[in-house]
Amino acid sequence: MSSTTQYTRNILVIVVAGFILIILPHFIGDYYIHMATMILLYGYLGLAWNILGGYAGQFSFGHAAFFGVGAFTSTLLQLNIGVNPWIGMFLAGIAGMLLGLFIGALCFRYGLRGPYFALAMLALAEMLRLLAVQWMTVKYPLGINIPINTDSFWNFQFDKKAPYYYIMLFMTAAALYLTHIIEVKRIGSYFKAIRENEAAAESLGINLFKYKLLAMAISSFLTAMGGTFYAQYYLIVDEEAAFGVNGSIEILLGPIIGGAGTVFGPVLGAGVLECLSEVTRDVFEGYGGVHLMVYGVILVITIIFLPEGILGGLQLIFRKLKKRGRRH
Amino acid sequence: MIILKVNDFNKAFGGLQAIKDFSFELEKGEILGIIGPNGAGKTTLFNLISGFYSPDTGTALFKGEDVTGLRPYQLCKRGLARTFQIPQLFTNLTVLENVRIGSYSRITSSREATQEALRILDTVGLYEKRNELASVLSIGHRKNMELAKALATGPELILLDEVVAGLNPKETDTIIEHIIRIQKQGITVLLIEHVMKAIMSLSNRIIVIHYGKNIAEGRPGKISKDPKVIEAYLGEEYVFSKSR
Amino acid sequence: MTIPGIPLLLQAIVNGILMGGVYGLIAVGLTLIFGVMNIINFAHGAFMMLGMYATYWLYVLLGIDPYLSLLLTIPLLFIVGLLIERFLIAQVLDAPGHNQLLLTLGISLFIENFAICLWSPNFRTLEIPYLQNVVNIGTVMISIPKVIAFLSAIIFTALLYYFLKKTDMGKAIRAASEEKEGALTVGINLKKIYYVAFGIGAACVGAAGTVIAPFFYVNPHVGGIFVIVAFVVVVLGGMGNFIGAFFAGLIIGLAESVGAAFVPGQVKQFIIYFIFILVLLFKPEGLFGRSNE
Repeated sequence: MSSTTQYTRNILVIVVAGFILIILPHFIGDYYIHMATMILLYGYLGLAWNILGGYAGQFSFGHAAFFGVGAFTSTLLQLNIGVNPWIGMFLAGIAGMLLGLFIGALCFRYGLRGPYFALAMLALAEMLRLLAVQWMTVKYPLGINIPINTDSFWNFQFDKKAPYYYIMLFMTAAALYLTHIIEVKRIGSYFKAIRENEAAAESLGINLFKYKLLAMAISSFLTAMGGTFYAQYYLIVDEEAAFGVNGSIEILLGPIIGGAGTVFGPVLGAGVLECLSEVTRDVFEGYGGVHLMVYGVILVITIIFLPEGILGGLQLIFRKLKKRGRRH
Repeated sequence: MIILKVNDFNKAFGGLQAIKDFSFELEKGEILGIIGPNGAGKTTLFNLISGFYSPDTGTALFKGEDVTGLRPYQLCKRGLARTFQIPQLFTNLTVLENVRIGSYSRITSSREATQEALRILDTVGLYEKRNELASVLSIGHRKNMELAKALATGPELILLDEVVAGLNPKETDTIIEHIIRIQKQGITVLLIEHVMKAIMSLSNRIIVIHYGKNIAEGRPGKISKDPKVIEAYLGEEYVFSKSR
Repeated sequence: MTIPGIPLLLQAIVNGILMGGVYGLIAVGLTLIFGVMNIINFAHGAFMMLGMYATYWLYVLLGIDPYLSLLLTIPLLFIVGLLIERFLIAQVLDAPGHNQLLLTLGISLFIENFAICLWSPNFRTLEIPYLQNVVNIGTVMISIPKVIAFLSAIIFTALLYYFLKKTDMGKAIRAASEEKEGALTVGINLKKIYYVAFGIGAACVGAAGTVIAPFFYVNPHVGGIFVIVAFVVVVLGGMGNFIGAFFAGLIIGLAESVGAAFVPGQVKQFIIYFIFILVLLFKPEGLFGRSNE
């Protein structure tokens, strides 16, 4: 297949998929719109994680830190000095990014790698959670409520579910596009080089510290914006939802299962997980914790049998088939 | 013109002096070979020159500029590239992507970097393998790719760490041809090698390193008769017998 | 911040040391696994929780004394650990470190949430009459179960130390931890070493769960609190360093308890995380180095 026909085909697929996703809310009820929004949200957060974890190979077990900082930043700005949530979302991204640059500079300067970096990030998120607990028990024991406002785009509050869906669809599409750009440009190659082999990367002129920080900055910025969306969607922020370990885990599960370091893997993984957890909730009604139990099983199966995730596994099979085809 | 000047490098690990008062100069365009018995400090010296270690004392001048203590990526940008004794691959990436990462050090556009990488792959005979994953390459092809990655950064000086170790005679000859062509392009070559065959026929000049010290320096013919060198290699005669 | 009086401070020191011994025992199991297999076991806290529940149910259903139940919880957790290593961990020994960590995370997610399904997320406590006693020394109150836990921790650590030093299996485990290739050349079966070591690590933390159950609440997520502490202790003691882990346990126990005396609330856990990050950044080899002596 020539690259131009492949290009046209890709464009066609994107246009069709985009069209279906845009008209989707007109055909499904609120329950499914909510589910689709959650898939998109975790797809989006997974994409953000994927830039640091999947491409640059720096696995973070504490992305809830950025998510929570985002949720709290926009909410507190809105409550205390009346900052518009859209502007708050941008400022949340900046706040998340500053935190990312701070912890990233520390970790990468002192050469924290692999599981140690993962655990340091987990500790960061837990520290923030404890600070939030300490501070909120006095002021907001039941979580921070965002006052209900009139339904308008400017207010980032809607009576219906569909507008939230569209906002998240747009954010996910933008994150996908950004990932695609990174993938085909020098920056993506550099991220992958760092992931694959730091010594070789450095000998080929890559400033490891700079590019790791860059990945961290992009990832934390996007994750924090997702935190704002979450706060606006539920109109309540509490420390467990914002900074909890489960949040960090749910963010990284999508990319791990769908395929870390691929463009579509995180969204695919988020979709698979969300659907599975819906099914298990129906089947095992009344048992709390079942969906996390299923996540555990899926994680174990993925790591053992599909260490590159679903898309990574498919790529491997595809490569083998192609090779065999060429020989015949 | 002197492209690289190393003054009194010293490097110790714990109590062990790996490199001791090591000095040498490298003329632009020449092929200089560094030989020495196992554990003599060859790779340590390479790591010092390429910036992976910084020397305890001593300085390095590259193109007349003090580059002591610069990181490998900074040296790479200035035109100093290296290969590793054990090829350091980007395992899960294709051969083309591996080499393209090298060409990105001076070309930002991905289209041009790809073209440059393909051109270099062609010169080292790996064009056909461009879409294979690096992990499936044979050891001979890995060594060629390692060379291609370093060449892609557009170096003026290239440091080759045992490029023929572990290769069969045919593969060795191919690599030697590549090195000769690299020199013809005006790139200065610094080789380290344990086996002397490759280095004797290639090098304009040879330095012998023993216990971290520069013990002899000169033309290949003269070096192989130097009593100090013979003593250093005592018990390792095979190295010489192979060189005949 | 409040400045505590001397009696309160003494109390905090005593509590810190007693708790620190238990932290040490938990961390000894974790560091053994790390030293031998180079794997950070996220499921360690889940193992501990299993040990606690085993003790709880043996007492509630069968009336077995918690300390007597050690005879059951230790072998039980040994087998759980052994099976998990044999069938799951062994599959990823060559995988990148973060994937190994994810696998143990998956295992712990499964065990903890399975426990919720079985036993509900409710908090339970063991109420054993003869253990409610408190001994007063001056102004310091010393709770009997904490002292027993502390002493058991020392005994188990010493036993394990003896096992590693004197028995053939123990020597083989140490060899595998210190000199992997050497161990292979003298014909040590690494696969076997791995699951035995993993089993022992799980048994240690199971024992810790048992001795802590008489004075701590039992709940499916209880391990999560301890696993982070154990990570801190292991890193502080020097990854893979056995004796280092025990002393680091005491240090962390003290830091936590004394810290809480100065600043109340959630701060005590905050201090642990803070120490963790500091040690990772500035002293990743730990206070006592990485040796296995």
